[in-house]
Amino acid sequence: MPERGPSSRHLLGIEGLTAEQIVPFLDLAESYALLSRSRTAPRDALRGRTVINLFYEDSTRTRTSFELAGKRLGADVINMSVATSSVNKGETLLDTAATLNAMRCDLLVIRHAQSGAPALLSQKVEACVVNAGDGTHEHPTQALLDALTIRRHFGRLNGLTVAICGDVGHSRVARSNIHLLTAMGSTVRLVGPPTLVPSTIAELGNVELYSDMDRALVGADVVMSLRLQRERMGAGLVPSAREYFRFFGLDRRRLSLASPHALVMHPGPMNRGVEIASDVADSDQSVISEQVEMGVAVRMAVLDRLSRLRMHS
Amino acid sequence: MTSIVFENVRLIDPASGRDGIGRLTVENGLIAALDGDVTPEGAHVIDGQGAVLCPGLVDMRVALGEPGSEYRESITSGARAAVAGGITTMAVLPNTSPAIDNPALVHLLSVRGKETGMVSIHPYGALTRGCEGKEMAELGLLQEAGAVAFTDGTRAIEDAKQMRNLLSYSRFLNALVVQHPEEPSLAKGACATASALAVRLGLPQVPSAAEAIMVARDLRLAELTGARLHFAHISTAEALSLIREAKAKGVQVTCDTAPPYFAMTEEDIGDFRTYAKFSPPLRSEADRAAVCAGLADGTIDVVASDHAPADADDKRLPFALARAGGTGLATLLGVTLGAGLELIDALRLLTCAPADLLNIPAGRLEVGREADLCLFDPDEVWTVVAGSLPGRAQNTPFDGRKLTGRVLRTFRRGVEVYTAGALP
Repeated sequence: MPERGPSSRHLLGIEGLTAEQIVPFLDLAESYALLSRSRTAPRDALRGRTVINLFYEDSTRTRTSFELAGKRLGADVINMSVATSSVNKGETLLDTAATLNAMRCDLLVIRHAQSGAPALLSQKVEACVVNAGDGTHEHPTQALLDALTIRRHFGRLNGLTVAICGDVGHSRVARSNIHLLTAMGSTVRLVGPPTLVPSTIAELGNVELYSDMDRALVGADVVMSLRLQRERMGAGLVPSAREYFRFFGLDRRRLSLASPHALVMHPGPMNRGVEIASDVADSDQSVISEQVEMGVAVRMAVLDRLSRLRMHS
Repeated sequence: MTSIVFENVRLIDPASGRDGIGRLTVENGLIAALDGDVTPEGAHVIDGQGAVLCPGLVDMRVALGEPGSEYRESITSGARAAVAGGITTMAVLPNTSPAIDNPALVHLLSVRGKETGMVSIHPYGALTRGCEGKEMAELGLLQEAGAVAFTDGTRAIEDAKQMRNLLSYSRFLNALVVQHPEEPSLAKGACATASALAVRLGLPQVPSAAEAIMVARDLRLAELTGARLHFAHISTAEALSLIREAKAKGVQVTCDTAPPYFAMTEEDIGDFRTYAKFSPPLRSEADRAAVCAGLADGTIDVVASDHAPADADDKRLPFALARAGGTGLATLLGVTLGAGLELIDALRLLTCAPADLLNIPAGRLEVGREADLCLFDPDEVWTVVAGSLPGRAQNTPFDGRKLTGRVLRTFRRGVEVYTAGALP
């Protein structure tokens, strides 16, 4: 088992973390959000530290967010582009780990299409490993930034009803959010066609499954829309974008069923007119841009905290 | 206001269990009274002379040639054949040309049915685009347009994962998925059931196990997904015993069969008679007897005509090359009445059972419902003659057979749409 808990120098997932372990990340991120706005982030917090972004999947958004987070704290940030590296020449993940280890990097941010790749890497390197999304397993910094965004609006993370809509079955964002929100004491509703929300997903814990979008949204405090990958149609899980939008698209009418103060969230990038209507994405209830802003703050907090935990261990 | 009063009729309504001499009043196209003693002014009074008056029959599996092969059977010619058989409601298969995989086509068929003024048509939606077995069709949009259930017609969903996805997806729509139960790789190219007869005739054969193999797989998938699954034209003892077992376990499964499978056997192929070529093929006597037993014990939920029109050129070919399927609309009632069931039980399989399965408001004698009615003489014998059947297609497998039970008059929304003897 990979290390977990407050003393772990890695952040591989949210599963297994308690509220007491989650809150310090959010508190630190909250302060970094304020400092970032006033352009007074402590540029020496990670001075002399090296952060390597090792992205096996293309992701401009998450990679840029980690890069900014590292730079705002004064770290040296290297982006390893897998397309031009030896990884593409057949090097195994563990050989890459050995190479990076020898380079003495401090923080290793990894995104990989295979579930469990960051956990495997974490067993072989001295650096702190941050999971920036692995397969359909977890995306812990996304869950933390979503939680921070929600907490800033409601002042709490317990007793809320959060509807996560769409391709839950293939979503690492959904899994991390389910773990985090249920650990904090909120109710999670999952909604989508049964091909995308398999009944086995209920085994993740205290979640309610819906296939009727209207019912799932009634009274919700937060509505999280997930991206529908085009591949899902090719794979025969959904017939077409227009049918998907008809039954599972987040539009004005459906949003009106949620609580009047409900937040609209989306991890991006959005397919307007597929999982979310344009006017909803751009509405006053949408906090999608704020999620991106909190993303940088959360990643600053994660890099900072893990780096300090490593120093102490 | 137009009114009809049926007097001295044996009212049989399987849904309520009613079977007895009575009176039925129709006003403005709706059933206005059962056993009412008032005769509305100016009402047309019909003395049934003891004939049976039952709900217009509901046929849940009909292939028509429209759109695409109207030369075989158009909606209008099919409607004429239907009402001659006492049928006023038809669920029509989507494997036309183009296939019914688009909401606009579902509307088109419903409207074309209405235009005939004789029948109501309830289209099936395609399960996959073009009924080609590749991409999932827009089941939700098709259902909103009025598709009553989903099937690829005479093509089985071959890929197990695709079938699982289709069943799983259908759940949020509470839609019924209808499978053609024949394992395609075993059935490919075959035209007769594997037997000594087929060996002697030298025909390519499919084992009856091909049906059971598909049924067994899909029952497991239905159980896994919790979906509603229906098997069309079940023809073998082995498949029936699997379905019987699954029903006992609580799996949401139903099935139908068609007259050829309980009234004929492979022997009817005789000397390469292409009018007896079906898919699935006619089976052994043991299988035929098992289908009768399935009808009697309720394992089989519905009898459908499985009407499959073909023109002479489709059938005037060597057996293996001829088109499979036979007409069945005009003969559905007569053949089913000969299956050895109580009259009311036979009618249940042709009225409320299919209507309930497809959630169609038909198949019942209830005040306030549309007056779709069938008046028939259960004892009159008539002879099936290919070439003089109502409708365009004449490829009946029952040519020359004497059937007991003849439709006298058929009414759609209180309008008489068929009168025996009136057709050529």
